[in-house]
Amino acid sequence: MTATLTPPTSSDTTPHEPYRPKQRTPFAYWRSRFDVKASPYLYIAPFFVLFGLVGLFPLVYTFVVSLNEWNLLSGPAGFVGLDNYVAELTDPFFWNSLFNTVSIFLLSAIPQLVGAVLIAAVLDQNIRAKTFWRMSVLIPYVVTPVAVTLIFSSAFDEKYGLINNVLQTLSIDPVMWKTETLPSHLAIASMVNWRWTGYNALILLAAMQAVPRDIYESAALDGAGPVRRFFSMTLPSIRPTMIFVVITATVGGLQIFTEPKLFNPTTATPGGPQRQYQTTVLYLWDLAFNRQNFGKASAVAWLLFLIIVLFGVLNFLISRRIASVESRFIAKKAIKKGKRS
Amino acid sequence: MTTTTAPAPAVTRRRKPLGIDKRPGFLTYGLLIVFFVAGTYPLYWSFIAGTSPSSVLTETWPPLLPGGQFWQNVGEVMNTVPFWTSLLNSIIVSSVITVSVVLFSTLAGYSFAKLKFRGREGLLVFVIATLAVPTQLGIIPLFMVMKQFGWTGTLGAVIVPTLVTAFGVFFMRQYLVDVIPDELIEAARVDGASMLSTFWHVGIPAARPAMAILGLFTFMTAWTDYLWPLLVVPQNPTLQVALSQLQSAKYVDYSIVLTGAVLATLPLLLLFVLAGKQLVSGIMAGAVKG
Repeated sequence: MTATLTPPTSSDTTPHEPYRPKQRTPFAYWRSRFDVKASPYLYIAPFFVLFGLVGLFPLVYTFVVSLNEWNLLSGPAGFVGLDNYVAELTDPFFWNSLFNTVSIFLLSAIPQLVGAVLIAAVLDQNIRAKTFWRMSVLIPYVVTPVAVTLIFSSAFDEKYGLINNVLQTLSIDPVMWKTETLPSHLAIASMVNWRWTGYNALILLAAMQAVPRDIYESAALDGAGPVRRFFSMTLPSIRPTMIFVVITATVGGLQIFTEPKLFNPTTATPGGPQRQYQTTVLYLWDLAFNRQNFGKASAVAWLLFLIIVLFGVLNFLISRRIASVESRFIAKKAIKKGKRS
Repeated sequence: MTTTTAPAPAVTRRRKPLGIDKRPGFLTYGLLIVFFVAGTYPLYWSFIAGTSPSSVLTETWPPLLPGGQFWQNVGEVMNTVPFWTSLLNSIIVSSVITVSVVLFSTLAGYSFAKLKFRGREGLLVFVIATLAVPTQLGIIPLFMVMKQFGWTGTLGAVIVPTLVTAFGVFFMRQYLVDVIPDELIEAARVDGASMLSTFWHVGIPAARPAMAILGLFTFMTAWTDYLWPLLVVPQNPTLQVALSQLQSAKYVDYSIVLTGAVLATLPLLLLFVLAGKQLVSGIMAGAVKG
């Protein structure tokens, strides 16, 4: 490896000298030829080697582990085929974790998207101090998920939490945020929403600003009010970006760990006393490192992997369809406008 | 709702048809202030809680002004967890990962964007396909390997799994493909520059803005990572792990926990003050490309 690397580096000193045609000795010719042929591969090699070692190999090896009876301490104890998968697919705890993951994901993805569109629409106007307001919606993003969870976990505390205190002042019954299923999902989703809505709003804002302003002007000339313009022009134009946001939210949301892990540290099982908010990655964690069952935990990892890939492919197909319909729609509109004027 | 409100502004609009970029009214600024408060209040509230004795948290209405116990609570945080060590650990881990990701992504991104070689398209498709692969799910074999090598407990175990990212390569490729004219590379080659020298004198200067943005986001991601460090270095924690250990006791003293949350947020808040503009433009630029 190092031997092949030396020729290009040794010729490094030449280019700074004033221009003069190169002496074409056979050695210099072959060296330069080798440089041209090999360099592209040498530059991408570190990425592929490292990514193979620490990114892909572990995933593939997870599959190998999942086909075995495998304990954290005692190691592999025999090939069992797909038994671990069968066991997990019939385990109510696995389905419980999947339900919790999807429920928290939906409770965070949908309000997040609506909120982000709203914030982006407000920021898309001709406001004063643009940079300041744009930066201000990004502040939650620099608070780390651990810190967010600690802050919200304290606010959602059942006895002394900020939120229940306020509810009681308004003479509403306190909500059992950490013991009931739906409230705990809402609480965890609110952490995700708080941190990511502003970030996504900026992505959508960029898409909104890419819509040509003269389309709005001609619509305004035709008598379309701001609300009408927003729903029939802005929203359709940013739909591809909205789908992009949803895809990223899906990949991240299905792997949620930090928030449910730290939401209530006093329970023995991670994810609530009755696993009310135990997500799939948390279940995997518990299975692998508390119950030391690497075989089953690996099966869970692969099942989740397949689910994420499935969601990704689905999103991709849907977005492709919508994108093609969308571009036709926009083209048609543009033609109409052209004819009218 | 919308059908009743829509016609009214349309009438005023018609009188001033080209006024779509006029200055917005109070409603807009009111909403912006609401967003601002919603985004900052939880932080401000934890600052107040962190400066007060824990009895404050049980009061019906939360106080609006900080108390006088900040340093006492800070001392308590320092006594409970190795704050300075973990801060240093986080700085080391995030810096090494950032340098590595930016360097290797720029190299590979430049190669994919500007050099011609056999198999380029296929390998690029591979990189794009791995963008969405949840590598986090490979923690079990990674953990076994780290244990085998005796790396658990060392910072190397935290650093190694994220030395490269597919996103970084894709991001740099997308940026460089447009910004470097092919003629510039050819000119450097004609002048007798080697490939590496061309990369150094043409590629790197052109890539610098994108490298800065990629570096910022890589640093943030490494800094906020929790699952993997929690697994491999619970005894020699990064800042996030140390912070989470503040509440691992049976009885949780929230004013101490929140003081910790505030302290742990300060470094990134500082980064935000220094580079917030770049963060904003980075997110917005990534959106247009993606």
